Amino acid sequence: MSSTLPNPAQPADTPATGTARVKRGMAEQLKGGVIMDVVTPEQAKIAEDAGAVAVMALERVPADIRKDGGVARMSDPDMVEGIIGAVSIPVMAKSRIGHFVEAQVLQSLGVDYIDESEVLTPADEVNHSDKWAFTTPFVCGATGLGEALRRIAEGAAMIRSKGEAGTGNVVEAVRHLRRIKNEIARLRGYDNNELYAAAKELRAPYELVKEVADLGRLPVVLFSAGGVATPADAALMRQLGAEGVFVGSGIFKSGDPARRAAAIVKATTFYDDPKVVADASRNLGEAMVGINCDTLPEAERYANRGW
Amino acid sequence: MSNTPVVGVLALQGDVREHLVALAAADAVARPVRRPEELADVDGLVVPGGESTTISKLAVLFGLMEPLRAHVRAGLPVYGTCAGMIMLADKILDPRSGQETIGGIDMIVRRNAFGRQNESFEARVDVRGVGGGAVEGLFIRAPWVESVGAGAEVLAEHGGHVVAVRQGNALATSFHPELTGDHRVHRLFVDMVRADRTAESL
Repeated sequence: MSSTLPNPAQPADTPATGTARVKRGMAEQLKGGVIMDVVTPEQAKIAEDAGAVAVMALERVPADIRKDGGVARMSDPDMVEGIIGAVSIPVMAKSRIGHFVEAQVLQSLGVDYIDESEVLTPADEVNHSDKWAFTTPFVCGATGLGEALRRIAEGAAMIRSKGEAGTGNVVEAVRHLRRIKNEIARLRGYDNNELYAAAKELRAPYELVKEVADLGRLPVVLFSAGGVATPADAALMRQLGAEGVFVGSGIFKSGDPARRAAAIVKATTFYDDPKVVADASRNLGEAMVGINCDTLPEAERYANRGW
Repeated sequence: MSNTPVVGVLALQGDVREHLVALAAADAVARPVRRPEELADVDGLVVPGGESTTISKLAVLFGLMEPLRAHVRAGLPVYGTCAGMIMLADKILDPRSGQETIGGIDMIVRRNAFGRQNESFEARVDVRGVGGGAVEGLFIRAPWVESVGAGAEVLAEHGGHVVAVRQGNALATSFHPELTGDHRVHRLFVDMVRADRTAESL
């Protein structure tokens, strides 16, 4: 496993695809931006026109996956290709946790990022996919630093909070981001002797724990996901340290998707300017209704999926 | 006037932090720029990598596009990487509807010309004006330059395509030196900024 970016003194003369730098570098290009869930080419165009940096192509937004129940799987290839053909911005798609064949299919379709996602029904209760085996980069969810580093050890090139997708309630995403941030801050205060025990406690490789302690941040880009429904939600996540925001059901389950999408993009850029966030929040129509996370039965909590 | 040039990084969206780090390593004072009035305080500007359609929309939305054009026309040194290269092109071959650019370099650029993410790659690139051997080029859903006008100088090619261009005080690369830890291209740009300041103070 290679945790740090290879920086060979003599890079190959033949072009190299799928390197850690190329995969992680792709996520760096998304920073400061909003990635929107879309279920049709028309929605993808609305998202692109509103200033999304990428779209997540899926058959049902998390709010509908919750409502419908049953097994949630990778989207139909026709539907993913329809969205790839409709926009010029990057297109992401979700595979089930541990379902490396769904990931192989998505790679063959040419998606730009694969989200190994707890929003879909997990296919493996023990193992996540070996993400080093792919040219296409992966983003994975994490509720804390240990989980984030385990995913990076498996090859994830980008991390997002898990939040509680499809609820329109940011409380879980806030918890995950605060936890990751606090755990990083604690590592910063440790001396070298303590980092070995910290690695054991985090159940993460020592090399990655040491790298985080030195950097003061994850070695890959960190986004927020789950429950963002308003411009102020997006700005909150950025002020808490997210480098960008995924918005799932919050846009196309609202009254005026195009307007709300553009407003969330504005608030994500000027997240630290309350005047801009206030302007972006005006006259957006109905927000998605939302679910109180305390009333969610344990079995319906997506954040518990993945380990 | 201190001898250390102040270089802004357009901070609407993209890999702003990496450019700030690279510019500081190349002996400039680096700061993010998000508002029109902040443009007046910088000696040069980097337009970072990111999503060009997003950066373009936000620049129009927040009243930055016209001030950016005015400053570049007036000779403000600018350097664009990837999406930044697209923003500095006078013309895009395949623009999304309504996608505007700052312009400044007489060239036609093709977006995502090297392909989607699965085709993104790293390769060594010889850049004219950058000593010490080839630089490591990271090409991420990268554009290439279809053609350049008489006033623009081609600094680098890869696979038969133009990937680095300079015209006067404007510099653009298809690839991302800010992601490699090799700051020689940023040094070239900071030297351009320094030379521009010296010329102005004469």
